[in-house]
Amino acid sequence: MLDRIHDLYDELERQRVMISFKGSLTEDLITALLGLVERKMQTIEPDQRVRKRVFNVVTECLQNLFHHNAHLKLADGQAIQTREPHGVVMIAQNEQGYSVLTGNFMAATDVDHLKVHLDRINTLGPDELRDLYRETLADGQFSTKGGGGLGMIDIARKSGGKLEYGFVPYDKDNAFFSLNVNVTP
Amino acid sequence: MDALLLEGSAKTPHVHFDPETGLLELKGRSIPENSIDFYKPLIDWIDRYGRDPRQKTALHVQLEYFNTSSSKCILDVFKKLESIRAAGNEVTVLWHYEVDDEDMLEAGEDYAGIINVPFRMVQIEEVDDK
Repeated sequence: MLDRIHDLYDELERQRVMISFKGSLTEDLITALLGLVERKMQTIEPDQRVRKRVFNVVTECLQNLFHHNAHLKLADGQAIQTREPHGVVMIAQNEQGYSVLTGNFMAATDVDHLKVHLDRINTLGPDELRDLYRETLADGQFSTKGGGGLGMIDIARKSGGKLEYGFVPYDKDNAFFSLNVNVTP
Repeated sequence: MDALLLEGSAKTPHVHFDPETGLLELKGRSIPENSIDFYKPLIDWIDRYGRDPRQKTALHVQLEYFNTSSSKCILDVFKKLESIRAAGNEVTVLWHYEVDDEDMLEAGEDYAGIINVPFRMVQIEEVDDK
């Protein structure tokens, strides 16, 4: 285990990871992570627009983790139930800008719907995304958390690129969802 | 009726709704996990205010950030103002955005396109959340 600390450090450094976290997510923890992201971005990113976009994307991604979560974690290859939402997040710099990676278990029954939604978003350009955002905002449908399907559209608008995603089927009830959002100037 | 005064926090905006002047302010950031809980008292307040509003009502929105969970609630705030206006009162939304924050300007335009209330876009140097 001790050797792996060095390897982990080396890997995080090589991937230019600014912040990484794996574990239980609470509202307070999200506030703390957002505070870290904001302070870090203040020191490394001169472009205010990029700073704000990264902050927006991280906010939406963390809140997605929080709301759409199967409350499972992997322990020795077995998924076990957790009290709080559980997930992983990593924010890294890359040549083009920033990368916001998140992963969590979600209900298998929601996978198809999310996939259709993401694929549709990925076919749209900036103006079409804006139209879809407006339509979704105006349609009066609220989800229990308030967003009503705006989250991924907003993430795509702020990203300026395509959403990279994957699903790893886990068991009949759950799948692991991974999302990578690149934010480029 | 009483004014509604809420201090801002790391995830919620400063709120000052004054029934005497018809001046409503929402300033800072709106990124709570559960926006419906936060906005319900605001929407209820405007509902009550709308029964006997000032002749002129102005809502100043000066947000640095808002999440998508807040966006539908903010739309609901605007819808309440829309009905006050439809009843024959003067209502304006003053949508503030920081210089270079085109995303926030666009967000204001998105609302202006949906809501039947005049919007004024106001460019500012920096969001003042006090």
